Formats: sequence, structure tokens, C-alpha cells
Amino acid sequence: MKTAVIVFPGSNCDTDCFHAARDVMKMSVEYIWHKDRDLPKVDLVIIPGGFSYGDYLRTGAIARFSPVMESVIKHAGEGRAVIGICNGFQILLEAGLLPGAMLRNKTLEFICKHVWIRTEENLTIFTGKIDIGETLCIPIAHGEGNYYCDDETLKALHGNSQVVFRYTSRDGKVGDKFNPNGSRDHIAGIVNKKKNVLGMMPHPERASEELLGSSDGRKIWNSIMNALE
Amino acid sequence: MRFKAMIHTSLKKSVLDPQGQTTLHALSTMGFREAKSLRIGKAFELTLEAADRKKAETCIHAMCDKLLHNPVIEEYSFEVQELS
Repeated sequence: MKTAVIVFPGSNCDTDCFHAARDVMKMSVEYIWHKDRDLPKVDLVIIPGGFSYGDYLRTGAIARFSPVMESVIKHAGEGRAVIGICNGFQILLEAGLLPGAMLRNKTLEFICKHVWIRTEENLTIFTGKIDIGETLCIPIAHGEGNYYCDDETLKALHGNSQVVFRYTSRDGKVGDKFNPNGSRDHIAGIVNKKKNVLGMMPHPERASEELLGSSDGRKIWNSIMNALE
Repeated sequence: MRFKAMIHTSLKKSVLDPQGQTTLHALSTMGFREAKSLRIGKAFELTLEAADRKKAETCIHAMCDKLLHNPVIEEYSFEVQELS
């Protein structure tokens, strides 16, 4: 399976994603610099976390216009897989590949900790090997992860089974105290209508080895490899 | 012709503004009971060249729609002034 990790100025989880994909999951991986217009033919594009362009203007707003993004949009349009993690999710929102937008965390704090997320859908290439209702322990690290969309969009997200992960307790209970950032309807990750583009705030690449405190992120990588290989 | 535009973007009224709320709370705890509501936005001071005012305004609308504001959560307004 071939994977590309996109690197923007200010990306800082690109090496972690590369390591998880190559060393842990044994995928064939290459870095793609944001100025490259040509994206090689790959099965999966990973847009990593970080602070692309210093989060200037709005998170992801400038990265969205990087030359490589035209190819990423084309890649997604052809039905091939894209996963945007943290800042990658923010870039996908700004690019219009996913609906909604990000606001500052409700507490205004930058939050870096392990959280529990519940799997809401498993008819996607990203969650096919995970049971519905299964909770995963995956870290978040963001200041702007407060997902927002209007009522109509939220209804459509649920209607089309696009809400993939929600913040919950360890045993899958939904509640404000389990929602770290104030996101709408406790949303942690969504897919597009075609279900080939996933955006999520938690970092599965930082939870791919026991040494790091959790290897639940591997369930997502395993699902992707199972679906695409 | 050269114009100067002051562009303002802010969160839509329907979107919660945690920064604005926290700042309002800080003002009221400092004793400014006069403060009743507060929204935080961004201001852009832009100089641009255009054939006339109408063309300048069309161009600013395009800039706002494409980059300067995110229509999902923000709204914008601007004032244009001709520079001599």
C-alpha cells in the first residue's frame, strides 16, 4: 500500500505519521512537499497535524491554497482515501472537502492529553475493523478543535452516517465533561458523503505503539490497510 | 486609482465566541459594569489599485469570499476610501 504524507511549512506531526505508516504499519511512504503540484499515484494521502503557516489568518486557511492541495482535491475526487489529522482536519475543512469549521476550544486552552472517542460508523475504509460503539484511547493536542456546523449540516452529517468518532467516557458515555473542546454534538471525526475523506482531531499516529501509552490508533491504520490492499 | 479598505471579519451572531465572552467577563470583574456584550473579530487594512471604486469593491468582495473570511462561521464588512 502506497501512502503520501504532505508536508507544509509548520507541519510538526509529519515525521510521526511517516514513522507510524512505515515502521509500525509497514506501508510504503513518501513525503510530499506542499509546493509539489504533482502527487504520485498513492492509495492514501495523510495530511498531518501541526501549525501550517503558523495558523495565520485561520487554521488551515493558507495551506488550503498550497499547490499540492489541487492534486489532493483531485485525488479525493477520484474516490481515493485522504485522512487529515488535527491541523490536517482543519485544512480539509478550509478546502471544502469536509463540511463545517473549527472554533477556538471552549476553554480557550491548548489541550494536550489522551481522550476516549467512540466509533459511531464502521462502514468506512477508516473504521472497517472496529466495532460500532468501540472506544479508542487516542491523544489530542490542539487549541482549535471546537468543531462547528449549522443545524442543517449536522442533520445531514447524521443522516448520511458521516459522524465517525465522538468524544465519550472510557465506557462510551456521551456528556459535556467528556468533551474536551466544546465541539458540536461531541464530534471528534467526520467523513465526507462519499466516505473516502476522514478528518479527525485526535492523533492515531501518536497511539500506534504500546510504548506511547496506547496502540488503539493501529485499529484505524489496520482498517485502512484492510480496505485498500 | 489607489484605495484603502478597512475590512472587518467577525464570528456570526449564531456562533459562540468564547474569546469575546471571556474578555467581557474579565472587563466586568474589573468593575466595568457598562460592558454588556463583546465580540472579537479581525481587522485588515488593505491598499489596492483599481480603475474605480466599484471595481475596488468587487475585488474586495472576491478576496473576502476566497480567503479573508470563512463563510461557515464568519461575516465581513468593509469601508473603502480613495487615496489621493
